[in-house]
Amino acid sequence: MLDVSELQTVEHDVVIIGAGGAGLRAAIECSAHGLDTAIVCKSLLGKAHTVMAEGGMAAALRNTDERDNWAVHFRDTMRGSKFLGTWRMAELHAKQAPERVKELEDWGAVFDRTQSGLINQRNFGGHRFPRLAHVGDRTGLELIRTLQDHGVHQGFEVYMECKALNLLQEGNAVGGVLCLWKDSGRFMRIKCKAVILATGGGGKMWRVTSNSWEYTGDGAAMAYEAGGELMDIEFTQFHPTGMVWPPSVRGTLVTEGVRGEGGHLRNSDGERFMFRYIPDRFASETADTEEEAARWLAGDKEARRPPELLTRDVVARAIYNEVKAGRGSPHGGAFLDIASNRPPDYIQRKLPSMYHQFKELAEVDITKDAMEVGPTLHYFMGGIRVDADSQEATGVPGLFACGECSAGLHGANRLGGNSLSDLIVFGKLAGDGAAAYVKGLGAGPSVADEDVAAAVRNATAPLNRTDGENPFALHDELCEIMGEHVGIYRTEEGLGAGLDKLVGWREKIKNTKAHASSQYNAGWHEALDLQSMAIVSEAVAMAAKERQESRGAHSRADYELEDKEHWGKRNLIISRGDDGQMELRHYERPAPPEHLAKVAFASVEELDAMVASGEVQV
Amino acid sequence: MGKRSFKIWRGNAEGGEFHTYETEITEGMVVLDAIHQIQAESANDLAVRWNCKAGKCGSCGCEVNGKPKLSCMTRMNSLPEEGDVVIQPIKTFPVIKDLVCDVSYNYVRNKQIPPFAPREREADGTHRMEQRDVDRIQEFRKCIECFLCMDVCHVLRDHEKKDDFVGPRWMIRLASLEMHPLDIVDRIPLIREKFGSGWCNITRCCTEVCPEHINITDNGIIPLKERVVDRFYDPIAMLKRKLFGDKSNKRLPVVEVGDSSASG
Ligand SMILES: Cc1cc2nc3c(=O)[nH]c(=O)nc-3n(C[C@H](O)[C@H](O)[C@H](O)COP(=O)(O)OP(=O)(O)OC[C@H]3O[C@@H](n4cnc5c(N)ncnc54)[C@H](O)[C@@H]3O)c2cc1C
Ligand code: SF4
Ligand code: SF4
Ligand code: FES
Repeated sequence: MLDVSELQTVEHDVVIIGAGGAGLRAAIECSAHGLDTAIVCKSLLGKAHTVMAEGGMAAALRNTDERDNWAVHFRDTMRGSKFLGTWRMAELHAKQAPERVKELEDWGAVFDRTQSGLINQRNFGGHRFPRLAHVGDRTGLELIRTLQDHGVHQGFEVYMECKALNLLQEGNAVGGVLCLWKDSGRFMRIKCKAVILATGGGGKMWRVTSNSWEYTGDGAAMAYEAGGELMDIEFTQFHPTGMVWPPSVRGTLVTEGVRGEGGHLRNSDGERFMFRYIPDRFASETADTEEEAARWLAGDKEARRPPELLTRDVVARAIYNEVKAGRGSPHGGAFLDIASNRPPDYIQRKLPSMYHQFKELAEVDITKDAMEVGPTLHYFMGGIRVDADSQEATGVPGLFACGECSAGLHGANRLGGNSLSDLIVFGKLAGDGAAAYVKGLGAGPSVADEDVAAAVRNATAPLNRTDGENPFALHDELCEIMGEHVGIYRTEEGLGAGLDKLVGWREKIKNTKAHASSQYNAGWHEALDLQSMAIVSEAVAMAAKERQESRGAHSRADYELEDKEHWGKRNLIISRGDDGQMELRHYERPAPPEHLAKVAFASVEELDAMVASGEVQV
Repeated sequence: MGKRSFKIWRGNAEGGEFHTYETEITEGMVVLDAIHQIQAESANDLAVRWNCKAGKCGSCGCEVNGKPKLSCMTRMNSLPEEGDVVIQPIKTFPVIKDLVCDVSYNYVRNKQIPPFAPREREADGTHRMEQRDVDRIQEFRKCIECFLCMDVCHVLRDHEKKDDFVGPRWMIRLASLEMHPLDIVDRIPLIREKFGSGWCNITRCCTEVCPEHINITDNGIIPLKERVVDRFYDPIAMLKRKLFGDKSNKRLPVVEVGDSSASG
């Protein structure tokens, strides 16, 4: 029998799980509130997924176009979300992002500059004005390094290469975390009063993905198991431009910055096909001739945006359909051409890591030749349901969530650049929320030793089996199921079959076997990650089957249209029922606050008039 | 392309040895793909660090046929076609297991560096900096902390001077702060004493291996060394500083990558 008192035990006020942009920003805020704060993360500090972000972070700084303001950003975000985003979150985000970006500058970030020495901003899909503060195509590195280098002087503890396995609770309230050290295979129990989840997404359930091994949906799974709710989980973003060749890098991201800087998409006939895929909703704001698109690129403010910069869902489906119609590139993608539109030195300066990525991994020189690109699973819009202002998870006192693992801001589709700004806006608010909670709490909850022991037993089971399934092979099998049944186009029948297969698959993962060594045991960690993926994969498939319409990132071949009246008014919520089974319910969205609805539903001209007259304060 | 044979170092702090594995190589594969394939097929407990698989996170550094490399950016077809592919952990830091090293030294050193502190914002609430004034530090800020430069620096690797010399990664971090147009902290005395700038004898081995092509030595370390010299050994500069204050000359010429001849 395991003696829980012998486990390494530490105590903090608040524990943040995840050291990406969201987790680090939250930790900085918690420390500023005087809380004893710790971060737990699966890899080394500074290596989280945020480091990979390329294009930029969206904030209406108005440095490149004075017509921009929070209201325009807010409107773009709500429209991009296909009106399924949480109104209040989109408002907070648009209003607070500029301040959060400027604060990064005070902490040492060095963004690219405009002629007048201010933070430069670039164009991105779905954003009406150039809005993305950026550093070449390595903006995520700048963000994470800035927060890391500032953060290490704020007095919080960082437990690196340490996987959080379970939230520990007294009743519903969070009172700790059980963790597993990668380097020793030992467990650590953290006692605390509040937990902030900032674990990122779950793309590793698909084979073609831009995501790293860390993205196994751990945060969503932990919150679900603790009694929290998952929302909008059917909305998994397929980024239109992942590498398609060579096979070993299939899925690796090609930043939207390439299109923002003027890249064209063409099919094998040489046709710039995006002109054929402009949705009605965006028709009045999108160029309909190559000539107008060229004028826009040259800086003509009267010209409308090229169709390559339509929202990601639209572009991803267009590429998919072109390939399907037999007009794909040699390796099954579309051609993305920047070489014909920009001189080589410009490309190398603005897109240096794309240049290297293609040169080194695909032996393609993007200053001369077109890239081949196709859709890749990129981002989870959905995740843990939270309160818009405090970021507290619904149903679990003391649990907070921010960043990609939380839901709300992006609804059915995220705009590029809105994630990095999401991290810093809601990372801070989660820190504020947790601080307010902890201060009002008194003594922390006390967790039963038996709960801790049970969690340890569950985690060590794969080591103790004499025989069982290979966790790597099971991961592969999951990718197979998700790719086939829960891909870019979904159907009732396919999703049903997928859900059935997942039932059988979940039986197998109860019987994984890992090598007995405890240090850096990849097989063991894979076996544990599968437990998170089991929950999240079921949730995605279940919600996708329920939503009988196409909206944003969720495309149903059997329900091709958006259903404004029914589905446009509801979010899907998943939680664990009393019987332990996964349950799904519809949340009927209340009417939006009037001052926000007026902005979001206005035409471009109407909004500009409202701003000019002072009706909307910017 | 067929099967290839790999010799991978397996072991821990107590010691270890090379194990031989074979795996099928297909078009476009990088060394990290091969390591993963071996891990999945026949060595489930093989320890290797990685995250992004796109040369962006700096986790996967190791020595491939004796050369420090990011395994995720090293294509199999860039290696000699004959013979075993030899993979071992980087040498400067103690091994934990297999290809994974204890790099905590770096986190300790980073924390010792006095953090960035900006001058006041301008009247309109902004910070203004010209692009050409930040080009240089943006070069340093490309660093992905892969520590390959630390692996080849002989001061750390062969002479075990980690307590005396902070190493190339941290020299360019110091440079990025010292040359930051907004920063108002003076780190020059620390650079000389605690961080040991004098130990670097400009062999440029670090610059040679940097996967981000940062000109560590010529653009970062040498200007820092010059500042130290100015400060501590140049009486006229000292007088000037007394009269006109510090950090007056932030802008320095940028040396292009690739014009340095490496030695040692
Ligand atoms: C290639 C690429 C390019 C992108 N480009 C852009 C862009 O230009 N603009 C933009 O806005 N967005 C971009 N995104 C999206 C954006 O980068 C991510 O959504 C965002 O960085 C997520 O940040 P996060 O803080 O939520 O989580 P992450 O940065 O992913 O961090 C997650 C953290 O949680 C930890 N963790 C996870 N599970 C556990 C566990 N069980 N125990 C302990 N720790 C755990 C991880 O170790 C990690 O530290 C891009 C994404 C990719 C993949
Ligand atoms: S130039 Fe040579 S001695 Fe100096 S830091 Fe680089 S490798 Fe070390
Ligand atoms: S300077 Fe270059 S080699 Fe050194 S850690 Fe940074 S990226 Fe790696
Ligand atoms: S895995 Fe990130 S640099 Fe190689």
